[in-house]
Amino acid sequence: MGGQGPKSRVQGRAGRAPKAAPVPSPRTLPELDRIIHERMRLAIVSALAANASLSFNDLKALLGTTDGNLSVHARRLEEAGYVAFSKSFHGRMPRTVYRLTPEGRRAFERYLGHLEALVHGARRP
Amino acid sequence: MERPPLKAVPEPPALGSRAIENLHFIRETMERASAFTAVPGWGGVAMGASALGAAWVSRLARTPEEWLGIWLAEAFLAGAIGVWAIAAKARRSRIPLFAGPARRFLLTLFPPLAAGALTTLALSRAGASAALPGIWLLLYGTAVVTGGAFAVRIVPVMGVGFMLLGAVALFCPPSWGTAFLAAGFGGLHIVFGILIARRYGG
Repeated sequence: MGGQGPKSRVQGRAGRAPKAAPVPSPRTLPELDRIIHERMRLAIVSALAANASLSFNDLKALLGTTDGNLSVHARRLEEAGYVAFSKSFHGRMPRTVYRLTPEGRRAFERYLGHLEALVHGARRP
Repeated sequence: MERPPLKAVPEPPALGSRAIENLHFIRETMERASAFTAVPGWGGVAMGASALGAAWVSRLARTPEEWLGIWLAEAFLAGAIGVWAIAAKARRSRIPLFAGPARRFLLTLFPPLAAGALTTLALSRAGASAALPGIWLLLYGTAVVTGGAFAVRIVPVMGVGFMLLGAVALFCPPSWGTAFLAAGFGGLHIVFGILIARRYGG
């Protein structure tokens, strides 16, 4: 189990990957989108792909994460232009609502395509 | 044709199984996220409007049987509106919901509603139909609380609203029954339906 893990480009957790060491693959493997590939960001993008929009608190409850973790990853997605947000006031409480940008949806679809290519590649050795 | 020994196959199986694992993760997250907002807001508003109509018509009923018949017809109508609205919202989010989340939602909704149907039969046979509005609100609220356990928090909150209203109705004069039904199935559905529709897309 996982004997070949460190060599592969697909990492379960971004943190475990040795930084800046893209191992050349023996095959022409698709380049996975690093921004989406991280677990929490993948979860955020997946959740937003299934909904027109979700508030910060909804995402937090849905993904079972903390304020800090969610806001770090949401900001990263926002910097990449994959996610847009709007702020409003609900009474006195600020309410942040996130949605996927068209670019983010394209990136998500591209990422799914790459995963599919990997699956098919594995089935045709 | 000679098959290469398994060891000769390099990385792809590991990559492929991780890709499959990632696809599962995405699918699960999307299912959970859509279950989260699967409850239809405008559908709730339509159910509320039909309940207000039923309340208006049932005031004209001359016998308890007529009154009961009107509300049973309303239950079927509102149920049909609800199922249609869930299916429509699922279709719009382009996710085959009937495989997962919507089925779970309908399954958790079902037991309290079945209990309500049986209780209705027993109470009306015993001539105790005065208790029906309170029982209906209470059990429908229970269904919404359990069914909405995986949904946005506003859904179980609406369920608790129905349960409270039902509890109060049980201990109020029977002549208020229709008003309680109008306030619950009409009022709560419309108010929460608008909130859900505005916040969670339809």
